[in-house]
Amino acid sequence: MFNKKWRQESANHIMLLPGVLFLFLFCYVPMFGIIISFQKYYPTKGFFKSEWVGLENFRYIFELPDFNRVLWNTVFIASAKIILLLIVPIITALLLNEVRNVLFKRSVQTLIYLPYFLSWVILAGILMDVLSLKGIVNQMIEGLGMQSIFFLGNNNWFPWTLIVSDTWKQFGFDTIIYLAALTGINPTLYEAAVIDGASRWKQTLHITLPGMAPIIVLMLTLSLGNVLNAGFDQVFNLYSPPVFESGDIIDTMIYRIGLQDYQFSVSAALGLFKSIISFVLVSVSYAMAYRFANYRIF
Amino acid sequence: MIKTTSWSRRSFNLVNYTLLILLSALCFLPIVHVLALSLSSKIQVTAGNVLFWPRDFTWASYEYVASQGQFFRSMGITLERVALGTVINLGLTLLCAYPLSKERRDFRFRSAYVWYFVITILFGGGLIPWYLTIKNLELLNSIWALVLPGAVPVFNIILLLNFFRRLPKEMNESARIDGAGDWRILFSIYVPLSMPSLATITLFTVVGHWNSWFDGLLLMNNPDRYPLSSYLQTVITMPDLSKFTDPETARVFNRISDRTTRAAQVFVGMLPILLVYPFLQRYFIHGIVLGSVKE
Repeated sequence: MFNKKWRQESANHIMLLPGVLFLFLFCYVPMFGIIISFQKYYPTKGFFKSEWVGLENFRYIFELPDFNRVLWNTVFIASAKIILLLIVPIITALLLNEVRNVLFKRSVQTLIYLPYFLSWVILAGILMDVLSLKGIVNQMIEGLGMQSIFFLGNNNWFPWTLIVSDTWKQFGFDTIIYLAALTGINPTLYEAAVIDGASRWKQTLHITLPGMAPIIVLMLTLSLGNVLNAGFDQVFNLYSPPVFESGDIIDTMIYRIGLQDYQFSVSAALGLFKSIISFVLVSVSYAMAYRFANYRIF
Repeated sequence: MIKTTSWSRRSFNLVNYTLLILLSALCFLPIVHVLALSLSSKIQVTAGNVLFWPRDFTWASYEYVASQGQFFRSMGITLERVALGTVINLGLTLLCAYPLSKERRDFRFRSAYVWYFVITILFGGGLIPWYLTIKNLELLNSIWALVLPGAVPVFNIILLLNFFRRLPKEMNESARIDGAGDWRILFSIYVPLSMPSLATITLFTVVGHWNSWFDGLLLMNNPDRYPLSSYLQTVITMPDLSKFTDPETARVFNRISDRTTRAAQVFVGMLPILLVYPFLQRYFIHGIVLGSVKE
């Protein structure tokens, strides 16, 4: 009996084998590699002969003068992105929902969805030109008689440049998710509301928004897992030493400590610090999404 | 009464359409501007005369971009990477999604496997251990470093397994009664039925490989081996001259960091995506809805 069952299921194991192997090599082996954050790791000595130093590397990180600022930058930039990426797509979806002309609606969707598919290398190339002191945005600002703004070099402006440009890249994607949720609302609700004399605004308030509520809750809870992800690709391609003060985030710090200064152990320790907090946040967000939105990832 | 409503409706529509047009322009015009810059002469660009239409039309910037031997070398590596990476990703997505989509009674170890996969999206070793692992496997500087570490796209597997689970169970059962095994069921029934989802996943995978730049930068020690996105990253954003000890290379990289050339590089980097985009966006929308709305 056992053998028969086993034979029936053997194809499943064979199918999963390559995937399991690759995940083991490139996800699980690096998890074992975390041990170097408790060592003074030298590549020449390897994992097993490097000296153990306990929590030394963590103490070193927490005492770095930049650490608190970087942590704050990360949380601030990531949270602002989460909030804007909730508001802007919802409003855009509601506005698009009022459009009757199908061709217009599709064209808008197509255009706002475009930046999502371009990498931050390309978008940084565009932004560095458009937002430079001689760029088109500053030409317009000067045309209005105001002082030009150094968006990518001024510590007051830089975090907001990051936040707004990230929203610019992502909002089309989220808008489409909300629009999809809108099409799921039962049209008879609107018909009944019209008979009861509800205006378009009242309909939006009492039918459309409540109809979107589950997906809004879902998107919000899932985004909680991103509070420490301020966007490495974006920051790495846009920042420069003058704006480290306002734009340096944990991920870029991990990169610089590890791969520019070659302090592997310190960088790995900082990475572990981030992984643990992210793990808690993501687990909590999935648990909440399951509880409040009945969402299961598998 | 009816008149006032329709008037307020009309003014709302006016505001609404204007807002949406502005929003679209915000996403689209920067690209047009960069295209115009790349096709204009340096003098006009420096004078700030170029908006959305080229002035003193010239191909010079593109000729310059194409004159760099590294540009075509990198393009070749990218094409190789896209082809190889997409085949591997797609193959593994199918092979993993099928068994994981089964019910527990058909596959007793399902939940153990599912957890094995999901843990990798919840927790990771971090950048340095990941880098050291690839280094220790002696993959640095080879094309395999670009395709193998991301060989198992767990999110796509989840997407596809959720699609598989909604296919009628009776099909699977009747095929089994007719004597079809798991491999046969996967490739002769599930794959043809999930073509739209597979198209979506393929497109996302291709775009992902085309855009991916950080792994190339990190895992290729030699700039000769950079895929296109990594090469563009070094020339578009601040070129890190210290990396190029050879003064001749440093000089070349220095010279091309000027506005029209950079515009041309940016445009070349996004051209393939712009070309396929209008045809694909239907699939992309389909794919998102597929992934996000489920019961």
